[in-house]
Amino acid sequence: MSLTPAQPANGHEQERIIVFEDVAIAFDENIVLDGVSFQLYKGETKILLGVAGAGKSVILKLALGLLQPDRGRIWVLDNDVTQMKEEDLFDLRRRIGMVFQESALFDSFTVRENVAYRLIEEHVSPDETERRVREALRFVELEQTLDLFPAELSGGMRRRVAIARAIVTQPEVLLYDSPTGGLDPVTSTTIMELVVKQRDVYHTSALLVTHRLQDAYTMATHYFDTKANEMRPLGGNKVNLDSSFIILRDGKVIFDGNTLELAQSKDEYIREYIA
Amino acid sequence: MELIAPIDLAKQSVLRVQEYALLAWRSIANLFAHPRYLSDTLQQADSIGVGSVPVVVLTGFFTGAVLALQSANSLARFGALSLTGQLVSLSMVRELGPVLTGLMVAGRNASGMASELGSMKVTEQIDAMRALGTDPTKKLVTPRVVSTVIMLFFLTIISDLVGLTGGYIIAHFTLGLDSYQYWNTAYQSLVYGDVFMGLTKPLLFGFVISTIGCYYGLTAHGGTQGVGRATTQAVVAASVIMLVVNLVYTRLLLSIFGMH
Repeated sequence: MSLTPAQPANGHEQERIIVFEDVAIAFDENIVLDGVSFQLYKGETKILLGVAGAGKSVILKLALGLLQPDRGRIWVLDNDVTQMKEEDLFDLRRRIGMVFQESALFDSFTVRENVAYRLIEEHVSPDETERRVREALRFVELEQTLDLFPAELSGGMRRRVAIARAIVTQPEVLLYDSPTGGLDPVTSTTIMELVVKQRDVYHTSALLVTHRLQDAYTMATHYFDTKANEMRPLGGNKVNLDSSFIILRDGKVIFDGNTLELAQSKDEYIREYIA
Repeated sequence: MELIAPIDLAKQSVLRVQEYALLAWRSIANLFAHPRYLSDTLQQADSIGVGSVPVVVLTGFFTGAVLALQSANSLARFGALSLTGQLVSLSMVRELGPVLTGLMVAGRNASGMASELGSMKVTEQIDAMRALGTDPTKKLVTPRVVSTVIMLFFLTIISDLVGLTGGYIIAHFTLGLDSYQYWNTAYQSLVYGDVFMGLTKPLLFGFVISTIGCYYGLTAHGGTQGVGRATTQAVVAASVIMLVVNLVYTRLLLSIFGMH
């Protein structure tokens, strides 16, 4: 079986959004990343795959400047985050949306307050805030939960609220940390549909961490049909080339390429991983 | 339990002191930088200040009352029962008011801060806040420090007043002291240095309690067990360091004002 691209290769523009260059980090004696280099281009969604503890989430925290590497350089939106002070990083982070593994919603705030958090911080008018909060919650189909607290929501709903909070300001980059982790298959599909929707409707550059191969498969073989307002398979053997993959092993990148290259990889570990 | 080499232990201790000092410094420096979170400060002032009134009133009242009973017992031996008001007044204003109020607030609020911020830390809410472009020290620490410092000042005044009232009730109704005599000696015995000492201590104590509570919260790790540990450590550290600061500051002021 051979795969074909659903659109010309590198359909995204060649503007680099995130660049990792020889990045290494260790916690105590445990080397988590050792010489990781990759680039995320504008409009691209890069899926980070690897076993638990491979350092996938650490990459996202490094990109946000929440952690500092022991070695190497990281550029995000043309800013070298390894050289920036924490004070300057706050401005950069406002241009990035992050969905945390366990949602990390503020538990003493309602859904409305959680989603509106960044808008309130930026002193957006109350009417405009309400409009944008509703719009973001409509995107994740949770408009009815405005006045509920996170504790009153299911795990999947919390993850969707976290996505709404991340996209409410239309960030230039989105970082998803295992958005389907610990969720049932049906809810996982709903979450992935939102990720695909964000990719195909807003063309936001994104890094997606997951250890579920199904998520990567969904990203590669589905598109969002705006007319039908649902995710649909590309059909045939077509694959989406706005999605690419990185596979991490023992702190190193052992694969960085698109779906076609992944399918053609001769590496024994990769073949076993994607089997 | 893992054994740690003494040198590593020393390094860890120095690192923690450095982290605490930086946090304490930032909590002050944030006062001169935007954004300022006034509504959060008022909310904390209500929680820390108004919420602590009942426990501070009860502590102050019974301390003043028992102080009158104890001191009257000793003073009576020297025929100086009339000085009960003076003794209660000096003890409450210079020492017991600030220290007991500080300890009550440390027990109630340092633990609250450590558990609240610790829970936020272990559930990645602090990271989320940073990821959303907000400085947690500005949003969470400075409002707590400012409101604790201000509210502890007023709580101490309340405690002093209620303590003196407690002492008066015992002195008048149990010991038969004249009201005028009690309040007059209580008032006349206080000099500028006593009032200065009594009202500046809460400012220091408030700073110590809140920064330690926030520090232990923000450095909590290890899930719910870690939050519990941070909470306990915060109360112990805040109380002990507050008492040490009290000794040093009292010695300093006694030298400055030449009091004995």
